[in-house]
Amino acid sequence: MVSKKIVLHFPSKLIDKPVISTLVKDFNLEFNIMKAFITPREEGLMVLEVIGDEKDFDKGIKYLNKAGIRIQPLSKDVKRNDTRCTNCGVCVTICPTQALVYDRETHEVHFYDTKCIACELCIKACPVRAMTVDF
Amino acid sequence: MPKTIAEINERIRNGSVVVVTAEEIADVINKVGIENAAKQVDVVTTGTFGPMCSSGAYLNVGHTKPKIKLGGGTVTLNGVSAYSGFAAVDVLMGANALSESDPRNKVFPGEFNYGGGHVIEDLVAGKDLVLKVRAYGTDCYPRKELETYINIRDINEAVLFNPRNAYQNYNCAVNLSDKIIYTYMGVLKPKLGNANYCSAGQLSPLLNDPYYKTIGIGTKIFLGGGVGRVIWHGTQHNPSAKRKYNGVPSVPAGTLAVMGDLKQMKPEWLMGTSMLGYGVTLSVGIGVPIPILDEEICRYTAIKDEDIWTQVVDYSNSYPNGKPGNIAEVNYAQLRSGKIKIHGKEIITGGLSSYSRAREIAGILKDWIKKGKFLLDKPVASLPGVDSDCKCKPLKERAVKE
Ligand code: SF4
Ligand code: SF4
Repeated sequence: MVSKKIVLHFPSKLIDKPVISTLVKDFNLEFNIMKAFITPREEGLMVLEVIGDEKDFDKGIKYLNKAGIRIQPLSKDVKRNDTRCTNCGVCVTICPTQALVYDRETHEVHFYDTKCIACELCIKACPVRAMTVDF
Repeated sequence: MPKTIAEINERIRNGSVVVVTAEEIADVINKVGIENAAKQVDVVTTGTFGPMCSSGAYLNVGHTKPKIKLGGGTVTLNGVSAYSGFAAVDVLMGANALSESDPRNKVFPGEFNYGGGHVIEDLVAGKDLVLKVRAYGTDCYPRKELETYINIRDINEAVLFNPRNAYQNYNCAVNLSDKIIYTYMGVLKPKLGNANYCSAGQLSPLLNDPYYKTIGIGTKIFLGGGVGRVIWHGTQHNPSAKRKYNGVPSVPAGTLAVMGDLKQMKPEWLMGTSMLGYGVTLSVGIGVPIPILDEEICRYTAIKDEDIWTQVVDYSNSYPNGKPGNIAEVNYAQLRSGKIKIHGKEIITGGLSSYSRAREIAGILKDWIKKGKFLLDKPVASLPGVDSDCKCKPLKERAVKE
């Protein structure tokens, strides 16, 4: 048995298709939806914890890929270059999970990497490119 | 008794000067009253740090052997197109400049990863830049091609020259349409999905001197980590813009043209900036000292975010089409709280101008003055004021005859 956290990016044409339920039916996998939203680019974004047999897991991932869903392991590392970050705060309106938060007292922007789901929306939205992603 | 700049400079020299930042002055007034505060405090320091598109730098790279004339030829720095219409070896790089090969918005939204703003940052950081020139050749300037590294250490002059900076107030941008839009005010989500603003508010230079009583042509300032000067009113300077009861404009109003020696500046205060789907620009740090010559000037510097109002403007329609009309009026205390309410909807707010950096700049300038490293200068002329005929007009288009 394995339990893995993955991020699914759905193109808009798949948003209302029952791809996830197929995982249970055909691949014998269990899942918890940790987070789900529609991003500003109008693609669906879902963070799933998938539990099941390693082999079934691999098959399930293949199935999702084939269906047109981009899959990304949650372990992808989004970091902030703190010397480059100017604490402007323009990213806080972009981040879907409140991993980037403006502190009204200090006027600094906190980055809570445990809340980050590596959706990468902030990477290009940060004007000085202080947010980076490592593969 | 009003003070003079000469008296303040004397106190800077003998170490007895009293300097506070534009944040701190309000507390001083609360404690000792306006009359005493105006007597006790000599200088209030302001600061702002944010993207300022009308910025650039000119360089004199020195003559080659045999000589080459850049004027009338094509010039790039790190691949980014520079302006070469000045004599033989003067080059101007604008913050928004891009390389010929940049895809711009062909793949939308364009990323704009490198352009003029980044060239200026790299130059200031002391990195080697690649200069490429194609010239047409003359009898006195025979050479036609040049490809070389240049470095800020070796070239003759490197001057920051910004025709419009430090806007006195700015719009708060929203998007009323049902599509995401990419603007110079950042990414704006559909249907009032967010509201972006861009001003240091109570720390901002021209909001602390709303009638330009002390800031004028020749005023010495913190510029990009070094020392610069106000050299003219900025382009689009619009002193007769709508003002509130306290004299503070509630729409974009005054602007400053500034200049300074790039060789003393630092890359953390001049940062290449990429606005998704919009282009490249330069984030500039500016700090202006305000001499507290009398009570009235002192009172202006006490301005707080809650007393500075601005207009919420729709960037999906009214802004691009130049249509008048605002959606709401909000103040900077509301904007900085992280949320504003418009049409009954709570909207998250995001800044483009860094308040923490503005605060740092006001602090650095305060420190320079206290340590006697920075004396004030009396302006040689005032900026056009409310009564002048200086106005920001739209372009009157006229059909061109064939
Ligand atoms: S947008 Fe970039 S520079 Fe601004 S606060 Fe976020 S990470 Fe920092
Ligand atoms: S990648 Fe950026 S925008 Fe996405 S969740 Fe992480 S911090 Fe937020």
